[in-house]
Amino acid sequence: MISDLFALNVLIGILASGIRLATPYLYAAIGETFGQRSGVLNLGVEGQMLIGAFAAFYVALSTGNLWLGLLAAMIVGALMGLAMAYVTVNLSAEQGISGIGFFLFGLGMSELLFQKLMGTVETVKGFPKIYIPGLSDIPGIGEIFFSHNLLVYGAYLLVPVAWFVLNKTTLGLKIRSVGENPDAADSLGVSVARIRYFTLILGGTLSGIAGASLSIALLNVFQQNLTSGLGFIAVALVYFGAWRPAGVLGGALLFSMINSLQLWIQVLGIPIPSDIAVMMPYVLTILVLVATVSRVRAPAALTKPFERES
Amino acid sequence: MKKSLWFLTLILILSIVLSACGALAGGQTSEKFRVAVVMPSAKNDLAFSQSMVDALTRIQEEMGPDKFEFVFSENMFVVDDAAAAVRDYASQGYNLIIAHGSQYGSSLQEIAPDFPKTSFAWGTTADTFGMRNVFAYEAASQEGGYVNGVLAATLSQSNVIGIVGPIETGDAKLYVDGFKAGVLATKPDAQVNVNYIGSFSDVALASEAATTHISAGADVLTGTAQMVVGAIGKAEESNVLWFGTQSNQTSLAPSIVVASQVYHWEGIVKEMIASIQDGVLGGTTFTANLANGGEVIEFNPDYALPAEAKTLADTTIAGIKDGSITIALP
Repeated sequence: MISDLFALNVLIGILASGIRLATPYLYAAIGETFGQRSGVLNLGVEGQMLIGAFAAFYVALSTGNLWLGLLAAMIVGALMGLAMAYVTVNLSAEQGISGIGFFLFGLGMSELLFQKLMGTVETVKGFPKIYIPGLSDIPGIGEIFFSHNLLVYGAYLLVPVAWFVLNKTTLGLKIRSVGENPDAADSLGVSVARIRYFTLILGGTLSGIAGASLSIALLNVFQQNLTSGLGFIAVALVYFGAWRPAGVLGGALLFSMINSLQLWIQVLGIPIPSDIAVMMPYVLTILVLVATVSRVRAPAALTKPFERES
Repeated sequence: MKKSLWFLTLILILSIVLSACGALAGGQTSEKFRVAVVMPSAKNDLAFSQSMVDALTRIQEEMGPDKFEFVFSENMFVVDDAAAAVRDYASQGYNLIIAHGSQYGSSLQEIAPDFPKTSFAWGTTADTFGMRNVFAYEAASQEGGYVNGVLAATLSQSNVIGIVGPIETGDAKLYVDGFKAGVLATKPDAQVNVNYIGSFSDVALASEAATTHISAGADVLTGTAQMVVGAIGKAEESNVLWFGTQSNQTSLAPSIVVASQVYHWEGIVKEMIASIQDGVLGGTTFTANLANGGEVIEFNPDYALPAEAKTLADTTIAGIKDGSITIALP
């Protein structure tokens, strides 16, 4: 039975599933990485995802246009990010608590709109799988890497882009300096407020896309609490990935691959109780975290509101 | 700092109001029979919670809104909140309060003795705690599961059939075990792959579980609980058949849903109402099954089910009803 796991089609299945499952985590966690690197912890990711997922679904359902749906998710996500920025930057509110407030707002608001505007679970035709001539035909590789929809590819392209922006551009330097030493950045003429507004709006936009990747690309339905905790796992992945896009990618893939592995373990009838199987991704992620943590330090100004000394 | 605290409080209050807005307030006329329901998911989840709302709606249509009224609190996933809601409804003088979820049992056990004149019901379970004002209700979901399983085995060509389950417990486990028994009774050499995803709400994982089943060769799928809505979509994409349970799931994918086992709680609730009007407030356990109409197999009219398969389903249903088919559960 265990040997079934190493059959080629099973390995291909595990890898392809893992790549799909990691998609929403990547968008949300990369967005969160920007926020945290600039010194703001946003626990409202889950709420932003839910609102984004609903907006994308509802707009796609009523207009029949998936791109408008995606745009709607980005806009509402950005607005949620803007609100978060106002609360944490201008009002200097406690970041953890206000993030939870935004999560609850997103949860309640998406539910209310769902009840009022739709009333029942419906389905849409989401973004289709994209066939890439040549690449999609390679046996095995094609199915693992090149049998996905547009938003899946987008998530993986985002990783190098985020790395480049954070590490190789002036903007990235400003973000990092605001997150490490806002006083120094401020004295050099970098607007701490403006940078944090930027990263939070960007984070909100990406969380909105994360929600849309569920509701109009991967699942093609909307239901109350569709994300069921994905957004919080995304925040954890930022810590797991040591505030680096590549680390976030590694964490998201590890978690998702083990999740798809446990799905296959059950399908193949390998005699491990289902309760143990579903624990595996969490247990292994914690183990890896324990083994690798402590080498990296969080951005020094994380969770600290910036107030200019006068 | 003061300003920000103010703002936060506002946000929190707003969110609480928004999440609670599903609950409706009830009227106060005393001639009406008034029922309140507390349920774990949304009233329109196309699954467990909806089955109860649909049942009460049918009773209201039958008895008339001037004789029967019901209110509900949905998405009471947190048991503490549900307990508070049950207590509130009890103090508002509802005749019957239904705690629609087995997780609410211990709360009910605590609350029911404080309101000896109010009748409570909870399910799915068989346990009334020996209390005189508590009814229990359960669904013999293995029966519909068995019928679905017989049909699934008949329609499968690959002889691989996949099941997406939530957590290995309660009526989900009964359904899965019954379905499996039905498949194996029809085609002993068929392969039934079962996957419990460990959650009643993780739509993403349930949908990936369906994809996994399809990759493993399944050409017929079934699943139970409210998180299967995404899985049905995956089945439709790959043109794989689907069997539903709890509510009629045809609307989600009319081309591939063959049949759904639907809970019709109205019979049981009406028996409870009659009992309460006779002054007996509890102590009985009711079981919804095919024989008493508490479970109905609803076929999708748009799916061209071969005549012999339909006949087989009908004889299986009749066999379960008259007891000539017994379902062996593990």
